Amino acid sequence: MRPSNSQWKARLGDSVPENLSAEIDVFENEIALRKQGKIEDRIFAETRLRRGAYGQRYDNGQRSDGTTTRTLNYPDVPTKGPNTLWDAPGMQRIKIPFGGLNAAQLEMLADLCEEYSDGIAHITTRQDVQLHFIHIEDTPTIMRRLASVGITTREACGNSVRNVTACPIAGVCRTQTFDVTPYAKAIAYFMLGHPDAQAFGRKFKIAFSGCAHEACGLVRLHDFGAIAVTREENGKTRRGFELWVGGGLGPVPQQARLYDEFVPEEEILPICQAIARVFARLGEKKNRNTARLKFLVSKLGIEEFKRLVIEERAILTDDPRWTSYLKEAHVHEEQPLKPAALLQIDPARPAARSTSRSSDFDKWHRINVYQQRQQGYATVTVALPLGDITATQLRKLADISRTYVKETIRSTVEQNLVLRWVSEADLPALYADLKAAELALPFAETIVDVSSCPGTDTCKLGISASRGLAGELRERLAAQNAETDEVIGGLRIKVSGCFNSCGQHHVADLGFYGVSRKKGNYVVPHFQVLLGGEWQNNAGTYGLAIGAVPSKRIPETVDRITTRFRTERLTSETFQAFIKRIGKAECKKMIDDFTAIPSHDDDPSFYSDWGDPREFSIGDIGVGECAGEVIFPIDFELVACEREVFEAQLQLEAGNVEKAARMAYDAMLHGAQALLKFRFMVAPDSPDKIVEDFRTSFYDTEIFFDPFVKGKFAQDFFRAHEQATLANQPRTAETTHQLIEEAQLFIEACYSTHARMTATPAKVTA
Amino acid sequence: MDPNSVQHINVKVFVADPDAVNIADAVKVFHQWIKDTVCPEMLIDVTEYRHVPAGPGVLLIGLEANYSFDECENRLGLLYNRKAALDGTFQSRLAQAHEAALTACDRLEKEAGFGGKLKFDRNKLEVFVNDRLLAPNTEETWQALKPELEKYFAGSTVERHGEPRDLFRVAVSLP
Repeated sequence: MRPSNSQWKARLGDSVPENLSAEIDVFENEIALRKQGKIEDRIFAETRLRRGAYGQRYDNGQRSDGTTTRTLNYPDVPTKGPNTLWDAPGMQRIKIPFGGLNAAQLEMLADLCEEYSDGIAHITTRQDVQLHFIHIEDTPTIMRRLASVGITTREACGNSVRNVTACPIAGVCRTQTFDVTPYAKAIAYFMLGHPDAQAFGRKFKIAFSGCAHEACGLVRLHDFGAIAVTREENGKTRRGFELWVGGGLGPVPQQARLYDEFVPEEEILPICQAIARVFARLGEKKNRNTARLKFLVSKLGIEEFKRLVIEERAILTDDPRWTSYLKEAHVHEEQPLKPAALLQIDPARPAARSTSRSSDFDKWHRINVYQQRQQGYATVTVALPLGDITATQLRKLADISRTYVKETIRSTVEQNLVLRWVSEADLPALYADLKAAELALPFAETIVDVSSCPGTDTCKLGISASRGLAGELRERLAAQNAETDEVIGGLRIKVSGCFNSCGQHHVADLGFYGVSRKKGNYVVPHFQVLLGGEWQNNAGTYGLAIGAVPSKRIPETVDRITTRFRTERLTSETFQAFIKRIGKAECKKMIDDFTAIPSHDDDPSFYSDWGDPREFSIGDIGVGECAGEVIFPIDFELVACEREVFEAQLQLEAGNVEKAARMAYDAMLHGAQALLKFRFMVAPDSPDKIVEDFRTSFYDTEIFFDPFVKGKFAQDFFRAHEQATLANQPRTAETTHQLIEEAQLFIEACYSTHARMTATPAKVTA
Repeated sequence: MDPNSVQHINVKVFVADPDAVNIADAVKVFHQWIKDTVCPEMLIDVTEYRHVPAGPGVLLIGLEANYSFDECENRLGLLYNRKAALDGTFQSRLAQAHEAALTACDRLEKEAGFGGKLKFDRNKLEVFVNDRLLAPNTEETWQALKPELEKYFAGSTVERHGEPRDLFRVAVSLP
């Protein structure tokens, strides 16, 4: 799309690590192949998803203007997925393991959101960053530029291990057992691209928490959640994790089950690998609605699941990466930039106070500043409205992080950023700098700090405008100074655009997710109300659904519920205890009169959503890409073979005849290997053995035979192998060209064979 | 550098009296523009960031270009952000962006949704290049593009703004 895309690779040069550069080259070639129609769209979709390139609303070329659904006339070029148009804007998700960021990375995000997106970087509820309205052909350049500052987007979406999240105050937390950061980092890079994590039926989410009782890690809503624990053994303290498995939100929320009270630290990576293998082997593949790990754990029962994992663990080949990081993990500690110094508080000198510390500062300090376990240091939360930050703000924050801390920044699941290791004496100056950057909003982690998924703004699955509602609630609650209210100030509000729960509404005190209701000939946007979810205790309990309320009445609903809690709660009663005490029937009664919908003539405002003046419609809901279709490893392997053939062509064009011939032959070899792997789960690595096994299993059995040319394509392969093994056989451009053609046909035959092997037999009727 | 290699030229025209305008009104107007296909570009969606201080404001997302009520640096203006590459020269690309921005300003001033309060100061502009590789905010870029800008905006004052990390950006004061 952009002329500069072709120049960035050379410009970035060695700043892109070799392995990431190779991966991005592969993706760029896959884009080229898809444009030529040489990769199936469903496979390309999963390919791009596994690189974080996601679809966006209206990418099927249809958009409702409120009364009519109109066609968006995109150019007629290949799709980038089933029913997903090539030129339609998409979203790029950027994985940020444990939320860890530095100043250069903030600056890069600033550049990218300005040049390729809409000027905003969005922090998600899983510590990722998302850029919206991205063109697919810009994504390799975006990935290269990110890679140049140490970020990969690999496996940010798709049926893969997603971003590994961790408590953003790990290491500085006053109540942690130990710092989980090194473990989160180790598992994130260990599982990234791991062969045992490539055949899942759905995504797999991992989280780490430093202690059980706080919220930070949200361990109990994850597929694999680890809480730091220690044990005394033989007079020594041993580190380990309380391991929870099979948690998840979505339409069928399920709390994770306790797998083990103590998994020793050296076992956390191998156990994760073993779980991945069990999930890949036994997890549902056909019905994605029941394909998350939670369904497998429920089906098997936790004891049987555990037995299978232990069995799998026993047969794993030792991997030095399981423990190589542990020595460092025990001594790991981020370093401050400045010496520890306490914030000077001198109530006896109000004049001094007025010059250096305002009441605004005091409020911000009370709400946004966390005193670290290391005396004299604080962690500061930069509250971002709806998780959004501008390019300019990112650059200013980068500067601030260089001035006050050693660029120790993390994103949070509450869609904020934190600066760790601020010397307390610097807090007034830091506040002034943040304020100048409009980054000193004093409501972090309060009722005003409403979280939300993208909803109908950009998500294909969104039903209601979650961001619109979240923005409205934030504005109203801020106007009431609700963040300072002793009773309700600490409550959490979370909004999702649909039941898929990306806004994590289940674990909020007040949660909402988008639904719709019919009224006459109209559809009315609503939100289902959930009360009493528990944020603390790592998402200890899920909220109770009490009924659906029209979107436009949600602010009143929030007012009524919080007012009642404020006035009727017992001393020190939590919101969860209050909701439990008054019961579901009473909760429902509280909102009953809000459920009525006025007629369209009486109040048309009810028939459009927050921030969207169009008449509400559910016609824009598309097919989700939360994960693509289930694609078997052979699909990817055959795509890789095709890419090798493509690259062989490029080499031939460049005059590298020998290299081109080698690549074409390798493509055939890998195609044969993929078929063997598909049929027997394992395949040999040696070329001679691959050819021998392929001949026995696919040629002699005629499984590989084409209906018309029979065994020709296999014979081409055998001949190519013979020539490859003969020494001193010079290649000409002509013979290499022919070999490339044969390789292409051989890969096509591999596809056909795979299709025949997996075809559902036709029903025979009498 | 060759000025004719520069793409993605943006033009921002400032609002004369920002306090008189509520950019929330732009949301409805932009939705209507999509419905009525009023622009030469293919229009896709409206997105808004009014909750972000000094942010991108309200955007009308198109395939080839975005139009937005931009609040960057707390200076409200209509921003035309050309995304798709164009044939031609620097002069023709600048003319395209400038004319697209002015056409949008004309249209917006006539929109009933703003109650006649929206006025643009067409003599105060900013021109950006939204591509750091083609046009980094450096002295070299400035020296290469200054004559081109002065030629196009004849008789105007043209000043380079921003720091090296920013997009290449100039303020233009028309006579």
